[in-house]
Amino acid sequence: MAEVEKIILPGGIIDRPGSTLDYKTGTWRVKKPVVDLNKCTGCLLCWIYCPEPAIRKRDDGKIEFDYDYCKGCGICSVECPTKAIKMEEE
Amino acid sequence: MSLLQPKTLKPMSTSEAIAYAVKQANVDVIAAYPITPQTIIVERLSEYVNNGELDAEYVAVESEHSAMSACVAASLTGARVFTSTASQGLALMHEVLYVASGLRCPIVMAIANRALSAPINIHCDHSDVMGSRDAGWVHIFVENAQQAYDRIFQAFRLAEDNDILLPVGVNLDGFFLSHAVEGVATISDSEAALFLPPRKAKYYIDSSMPMTFGAFALPDWYFEIKYQVVEAMEKVPKKLAEVEEAYYKMTGRMYGHVGAYRTEDADVCLICAGSAAATAKFSVARMREKGIKAGLLSIRLFRPFPVESILPHVKDAKALIVMDRAMSPGAPSAPIGQDIKTMLYDAGLNIPVANFVYGLGGRDISAAEFESITTKVIEDLKAGRPIERGVKYWGVRI
Repeated sequence: MAEVEKIILPGGIIDRPGSTLDYKTGTWRVKKPVVDLNKCTGCLLCWIYCPEPAIRKRDDGKIEFDYDYCKGCGICSVECPTKAIKMEEE
Repeated sequence: MSLLQPKTLKPMSTSEAIAYAVKQANVDVIAAYPITPQTIIVERLSEYVNNGELDAEYVAVESEHSAMSACVAASLTGARVFTSTASQGLALMHEVLYVASGLRCPIVMAIANRALSAPINIHCDHSDVMGSRDAGWVHIFVENAQQAYDRIFQAFRLAEDNDILLPVGVNLDGFFLSHAVEGVATISDSEAALFLPPRKAKYYIDSSMPMTFGAFALPDWYFEIKYQVVEAMEKVPKKLAEVEEAYYKMTGRMYGHVGAYRTEDADVCLICAGSAAATAKFSVARMREKGIKAGLLSIRLFRPFPVESILPHVKDAKALIVMDRAMSPGAPSAPIGQDIKTMLYDAGLNIPVANFVYGLGGRDISAAEFESITTKVIEDLKAGRPIERGVKYWGVRI
């Protein structure tokens, strides 16, 4: 346990803020969202609905995905008013 | 030093003695919901807070589930936290008990042991705490008001030790103790402050140094974090002995992990926990006058189960009688019976154990009954008859 004790604090407390970044939940994904930029209007409804901060706004106002953290839930694809997001097999 | 000087005893019920000790322990937060037979403890504490005698946050919650939840949150801020409950209240807290130990919250809780419904009953047995015994709490049983008073200070010092960080339950028999008035020797506020300085938490919720408490743990880490509770539990017997030593130096009072009476040459040793230990002690004294070689071992530290402290007292007995004030329907033994038999097996001892469930729902047990139980076992031993194993239900009308 000595080695483990160095890593985990009592009760599993994490004393380093922002350490969730290290946890790449993208590995959970079965299907990935892919955006058709010709259809994307930059309304950002997908950005609002995404349960993870896995959708980023690009400089041109349209969106891109952060596949490190996207779990592949597909909510963005359902909510997109212009059907610009398709879920594809990995 | 006050050691060995005659003390003026204050008449107090065990509940009042506990509330007084909690006040002197200078707790920061009390979150509690009243339930018989514990109500007097939290009533007194709310009076202390209301009168300004105790500078603490008193959170009057809507249920015991909320009480323990509030205690967990308060404890994580580094506060000294107390609550009290009984019976259904402890049952309602059940899931949060595991959160308290898992998050290593050194909460101290007085449990006025009471039977569980149904049928509804407000009187004493140990069914409530036995249902919670795997929740990762340290559990101490007291036998009178004085022990209850003293154990509160010890419980805080033990719980808050940064090597331990476990919640501690101080168990007192409902009504038999909670409502019984006895003379209690108290310590002064300054002695209390000296024995129990303010808690020094190593990790606590503070917006200036953000940390994550209660993070999700998947199969890759859950087991290791839970195992921490086992490691901390293993350190308790030694640490409690140190705490008791310090308390003894101040007060001259010490209780140990077990209370042993005439065990050294006993043929048969009675084992029990709680207020019945006093009755059993009286019974053993009377049996000894008649030449019956009985002994008594009362379990004072129940979790962790103090195997090292128990074994020397019982290893040479010809039979043990384990008295359980709780049942475990369908199990091969009642709760303390299970622990004692496991202990004997691990020690390679095949001492016969007669396991009795007694006193459920507050039914009294007398010294004469302890004598009757013991005499029967001794007669069986003398006649070379096997001791009846398994669980028997003492006094139940069937």
